Amino acid sequence: MVLVKRLVLDVLKPHQPNALEFSQALARAGGDYRVCITVLEVDEKTETLQVVVEGDAIDFYTVQSVIRDLGGSLHSIDEVEVLSEPQAG
Amino acid sequence: MSRKPVRLMNLLEQTRFLLRITRTHDIIRRYFVVNGFDGALTMLGLIIGFIVSGATGLSVIINVCLGAAIALGVSGVSSAYVSEAAERKRALGKLEDAMITDLRNSAHGEAARGVPLLISFVNGFAPLAISLLILTPLIVANAGFALPLSPLYAAVAVALLLIFLLGVFLGRIAGVSWLISGVQTLLVAILTAALIYLFTGY
Repeated sequence: MVLVKRLVLDVLKPHQPNALEFSQALARAGGDYRVCITVLEVDEKTETLQVVVEGDAIDFYTVQSVIRDLGGSLHSIDEVEVLSEPQAG
Repeated sequence: MSRKPVRLMNLLEQTRFLLRITRTHDIIRRYFVVNGFDGALTMLGLIIGFIVSGATGLSVIINVCLGAAIALGVSGVSSAYVSEAAERKRALGKLEDAMITDLRNSAHGEAARGVPLLISFVNGFAPLAISLLILTPLIVANAGFALPLSPLYAAVAVALLLIFLLGVFLGRIAGVSWLISGVQTLLVAILTAALIYLFTGY
């Protein structure tokens, strides 16, 4: 079983919800997610973020869905860290 | 903890969130005060008009005032919905242009659909509710209960009190003296009453 441990995403989002609410919503997507957001660029109506999500087993599609729910757009997956765990039994 | 998308938040959470991302808290407050004030002054004007006109049956007065209150409510709902829906649609379109993506299924899309409904409800509810409060003494007297003063003058007193309270509310928002703000709005009501006495009763 391959578990996703860390994702670094390039995300474009509207100014609202702000980075704090955005990170809280992403953190709520999983029980143990640790989220770090860096605002890279601010335009008139949008901002570009580097979103780092860390967790024991990140569900990428849920993360992507939260980003979409909040009006964001995932531009690229810049870094991924995965771990292969042997199947029990 | 499971993810909580916008559509799964409870109604209050969702409303607060959508108002926050569209920054429309202040618009709702403004609509409430402006249309509430409209409702109060309209009722005050009608009731003073009836006082100046002399004896008329209470049920006639109530029906005329209720008709005006309902019209104010419907007008508030429809006018605010049409204008706010257009404003929110325009804002969403601009945001979609900037994001180069379709936001209809995002929180912003939900806000563009839901916020006009909420704003129009507040805009219609404020004058209707305030008008009904002002009419309470008339309705109570018409139901056969005795009041310490004439029902028309009691309704005027309720109208003045509510107008003063709207001023107090505005004062608290602006962070200025609630008393001065309340007295200012009360003066507007007194000026209205004076104008009605001046130009009617012939």
